[in-house]
Order: sequence, then structure tokens, then C-alpha cells
Amino acid sequence: MKTETLPFQVVLYEGDGAQPLAPGDRFAVLSLLLDKGYAVRRVAGPGQTTAPDLPSPAIPLIVIGDFGGAAPVLEDAAGRVSIATHDIGGLAPDAVLDLIEQGRIGDQRGLNQPGAPGMWKPWFPVIDYDRCTNCMQCLSFCLFDVYGVDEKQKIQVKNQDNCKTNCPACSRVCPEVAIMFPKYAAGPINGDVVNQADVQREKMKVDISSLLGGDIYSRLRDRSDAAKSRFSKERSPDKALEERKKCLVKLQQSGIIPAEVLAELDLSSLPSPEEIQRRAAEANARAQAAREAAAGMA
Amino acid sequence: MPKILYCRCAFAQVVPQATKDAVLERLCASGTSFETVADLCEMAARRDERLTGLLDSDEPVKIAACYPRAVKWLFHNAGVPFPADDPDRIEVLNMREQTADAIADALIDQP
Repeated sequence: MKTETLPFQVVLYEGDGAQPLAPGDRFAVLSLLLDKGYAVRRVAGPGQTTAPDLPSPAIPLIVIGDFGGAAPVLEDAAGRVSIATHDIGGLAPDAVLDLIEQGRIGDQRGLNQPGAPGMWKPWFPVIDYDRCTNCMQCLSFCLFDVYGVDEKQKIQVKNQDNCKTNCPACSRVCPEVAIMFPKYAAGPINGDVVNQADVQREKMKVDISSLLGGDIYSRLRDRSDAAKSRFSKERSPDKALEERKKCLVKLQQSGIIPAEVLAELDLSSLPSPEEIQRRAAEANARAQAAREAAAGMA
Repeated sequence: MPKILYCRCAFAQVVPQATKDAVLERLCASGTSFETVADLCEMAARRDERLTGLLDSDEPVKIAACYPRAVKWLFHNAGVPFPADDPDRIEVLNMREQTADAIADALIDQP
């Protein structure tokens, strides 16, 4: 993960021994905490004791509630979980957030907060294994090593942090419409039901040879060869950069990679044509090896 | 009583704000206990252990999030097996498509 986090659980406790918040206050507190990246469990109703059920994993708890002025001291009898309690009676939502923030920061726990500088937008491919045929098109296509295979040679999302935010390109070359990006705007990439028209359309798109006027990797190799030829005459980092830009413009025009994604890419940090060629060859080799191994296991 | 999980989808603007708010308001106005998470995708990416806790018993679970296909495989991505398609065991309600009232009714109104 690009943002290191050490999870903990906030519990809004409204069981026995605490006063329930007014519904509007409850909504205001919960929505604020959620929008700041916190997970919150609401414990409500008669019969709940002052010791809410602990979540299955042994992660720290911050218990908040209207305890009438003094928060109870809670301990996990098994000693697995640390529990901090706070009385929030009469506090405005912002003050509740401050309390929790102070506790989190004091505990040196990171949090991936929506909208915060440096936050990581959870953008990564999700494979629908009901549809995936393990064809390795995605592994072959992605130049950023997002995909790999497990010990059974089954395609996996291995390095989701490498995925380029807002780029759904691999899902567009999947012939089975098996790759989703849940935060994408439109279906079926967003996880919406796949219909036959989608499958037909994707099968057309997967004809990568239609992109860039030929096989994408051949095209990249051609460009690389051309670039090499020119570099031998005039080795110029600027020209190399221009070469990459042209390649990306072609990709942009193909509609595979959204313009806004390309616009945000740091072109100077992108791999060189030679590196792209090398990675493509590696990815193809891995995909081929995985296909052969999977066939051997079948 | 089924477990209830509400996803805020806080890292993107793909779920209508009005729907997210209205569902949460209905939950907050109810007397029931429930779980809320800022972003199911983010938790799945971190393989957050709490996702295991949500599905580790035979209790019915109702999830208010987005497309059922995405939710199912997000759990899988997190290493949490999603029970076979069984609406009595797990029901995923789609805040991108369904109305807030329909979702809240399904979450809260139990026989």
C-alpha cells in the first residue's frame, strides 16, 4: 500500500449504560468520521453491555458514547485488544473527530484519509474469476507489473499499487470482461452486469493489432528501433522524451488510456522505449510460461 | 438479525451522495446495530482483517455498497471467500443503482 495504515476500530456505543444520541447527531458524527476514512461500528439497543463484542481480529478499539460525563474504563479480559473510551456527550461532530484524531496520532496509527495530501485512491483491478479464462492478456498488456500468477499459474493482481489511477486499460483488453475497476464510472468495468453486447465489444477491442496500426508491442519495438537509429546519430534525452510522448499520444488517440490519466503521468519517469520493449517481452514470456504451465497442470 | 455493512465509498464520487446520505440517515434513525466502513475498496486493498470478521460466521449479512459482482470479488481480493450466491446468506444492495428507500427497507425492515 502506498499509504501505511495500522487499522483500528471506532465503536459508537449506545447500549446499556450509555445514552443514545439523537438520530441527527448520530448521522452527523458517523458521516463525518466515515468521510475522514474511519470505520465505525454502531452498537445499539437493550441487552448490549458496556463491553461491546470485540471484532474478530485483535485490533485496537476507540469506544465513544454519551456516558453521562465519565467514560467507563474498559479492558479486554483476554488482554488482546487495547480499548480507549471517550465520553462525547454534548460534543459537536468536529470535536468528536478531534478526539479520535488525537488518539490515533498519539497511537502513531496512520490512516489513508480521503482528500488528504498523499492519500492513495484505491484504484486497482479486481478480477471476476467466474468470467476469467486465465488467458493472460492482462498480464501481457500491462507494462507496470500489476499482474502476476500464483503457484497454480492462475492470474492474480500482484502489485496493485503499480496501477495508474483512473486507467482501466487492461479491463478494455480483457476478452471476457472479467476485469473490474469498482470506482470506474460506467459498466461493465465498474462491476455492472455483463451482457452479450459487452462481450462482443470487448472481443473486438482485444484485437490489439487494431491499435496503433499494428500489434502494440511490435509497434513499440518499431518505434524503439527507429529511436535507436536516431539515437545513434544524435543521442538526445529530449528526443527520447518526445518519442515516448508520441507513443502515448497514439495510445491516447486509441481511447484505451484516458486522456486525464496520460495528462497526469510524469513522462520523464516513464520507461524508455527500450525498457518498454524489455518489459513487454518479459510480460509476454511470463504469460506464455504461465499458459504452458497451466496447460500442463490441466 | 443479519449483520449490516454500509460502505461510504469515501474515496470516489461514483455513488450518489444523496443516496449514501439517505441510507445512512435511515440506519441512524433505526434502533439497530451496524457496521460502517469508509471504503470497501480501500479495505480490500489492505486485506483488512475486519472483512474476515464480517463473513466468518453463518449469520446472514446485508451489504449496502455498489455492484454485487464488484463487492463479491473485492472480498475475494482481500482473501475473504464470499459464500456462494445465496440471497438468504448475503445480500448486496447497490447504492449506485437502487433507491435509498429500497435499500434502507431491505437493510432494516426484518420480518
